[in-house]
Amino acid sequence: MVSFFKNPNFRKKTVPLFAMISPVTAWLFLLIAVPLIYILIISFCSTNESHNIVFDFTLRNYARLFDSTILGIYTNSLIVAVLTTVVCVLIAYPFGYIMASTTPFRKALMMIFLMLPFWTNSLIRLYSWRVLLGRNGYVNDFLIYIGLIDAPIEMMFTRGAVILGMVYTLLPFMVLPIHTVIDKLDNSLIEASKDLGAGFWKTFRYITLPLTAPGIFAGSIMVFIPSLGFFFVSDLMGGGNNQIIGNVISRQFKEAYNWPFGAALSIMLIAITLICVKLYTKSGGKLDELGTV
Amino acid sequence: MKNKKKFNLETLSARFFSAFVYVFLYAPILIVILFSFNTSRRNITFEGFTVSWYGEMVRNSGLLESFVNTLVVASCSTAIAVVIGTLTAIAMFRYKFKGKGVIDSLLYIPVVIPEIVLGISLLASFAIASVPLGRISLVIAHATFSIPFVVFTVRARLSGYDRSIEEAAMDLGANRIQVLTGITIPIIFPGIVSGAVLAFTLSIDDFIISFFTTGASSITFPLKVMESVRSGIRPDVYALSSIIMLATFIIVIISQSAAYRSKKSGKD
Repeated sequence: MVSFFKNPNFRKKTVPLFAMISPVTAWLFLLIAVPLIYILIISFCSTNESHNIVFDFTLRNYARLFDSTILGIYTNSLIVAVLTTVVCVLIAYPFGYIMASTTPFRKALMMIFLMLPFWTNSLIRLYSWRVLLGRNGYVNDFLIYIGLIDAPIEMMFTRGAVILGMVYTLLPFMVLPIHTVIDKLDNSLIEASKDLGAGFWKTFRYITLPLTAPGIFAGSIMVFIPSLGFFFVSDLMGGGNNQIIGNVISRQFKEAYNWPFGAALSIMLIAITLICVKLYTKSGGKLDELGTV
Repeated sequence: MKNKKKFNLETLSARFFSAFVYVFLYAPILIVILFSFNTSRRNITFEGFTVSWYGEMVRNSGLLESFVNTLVVASCSTAIAVVIGTLTAIAMFRYKFKGKGVIDSLLYIPVVIPEIVLGISLLASFAIASVPLGRISLVIAHATFSIPFVVFTVRARLSGYDRSIEEAAMDLGANRIQVLTGITIPIIFPGIVSGAVLAFTLSIDDFIISFFTTGASSITFPLKVMESVRSGIRPDVYALSSIIMLATFIIVIISQSAAYRSKKSGKD
């Protein structure tokens, strides 16, 4: 122990390292690790009549996950999340491709105008979809005007509206990773494939798609996972009819005061996240790619 | 470019598709701006033009208070995140140490787990530590999700950093603090700035984590918007949103064009 302090490395490395790393260590442990462990613990507890947490051991909160209403919400939430991810890929892939094949100036411009909306209040932007999609909204007016429909159709407060809201909120998180992989794509491979007689679709299927798959995977994680939890999108666009997992969790903590059950629901969400991330890293994806906003 | 006709068709469909995406992204924003000039208080259809909501907005003390609070919280949490995040990025770049992997994985948690999980776990820990929900808990919560983003942007900037400059300064007699403030920080400064901008915008726009970690004494603008949804959002909220959007647009376009120009001149 004495020699430890006399070690020349102590002053040179240990002291500055300790000064630089201890704030973040304390912060991450106290505000991320400890809270998550606490959530895990209370997910096995119960509550008394006055909504206080009773520290006993029960699996009842996990058993309640299989209630038919909860299962119904899980199913709805997964359908919304999967469709949101698919729609995002279908929009982001061609968009990322267009971005990658234009001039650097246009690319920069496209990128700025893609990101701009996401640096401003997302709630107000979502809310104004009501004006567009409502019964007397501009979209209904337009569809009646061109003669596609005779009477206004109900578009707000449906599952479709929730998915639209999710795509609207999460689209750039799909575009960025997809654009990055398409941008890095080696064009000579595509030309080689074309020279060897493969058509557009064959080249796409065997060359472009496999090489850009990591970007699609990274984007899918960044869209799929948040869309399970974004309860404000379902509140604003679904109007309470199209609940997702996030709505149930939020209710347990803010209205029903059943924190243990809310904790169990959150642990399930963490489990889904960990499985997705594990699959992603197993398939060769880098965690770094998920952190780029 | 052998086939000129096909090339044109390709550009045309590319233009059409991009236009479609941008209409999708910007139509709701145009609605916000248009309806901030609406004479109808109920704001369902556009009835007439007025600028009175921009005056009404200034008299709506609850609205302004929430906006000022949002800025205060964003400034404080960004300051904390920038200091802690920059030190972390430098330490992780310079040294190998035990537990580095643990810190690295902890940093990824706020990025990948759903915000709602971070929100409720912070709420639960503020409850056990009996931290009252208000401005302080809100700043702590926002700093928590901002720190990783600062670490990542600064680390990206450090990846091309040549440490021999530091050694040269040390050989010339500079001490550790002088090296840090005189050499390391100026070099990674662009990374620090972009990390700070990211942290600030994330904080201003955050709804989910704020929803769980603040009390009635410290309402932010997104929370205020959600609160007024039930009674219908009035045009004065649209007016304030339009001003915030305009300010953000100007700041982003100035900073991005500066970044684009410096990147371009760097390549020449």
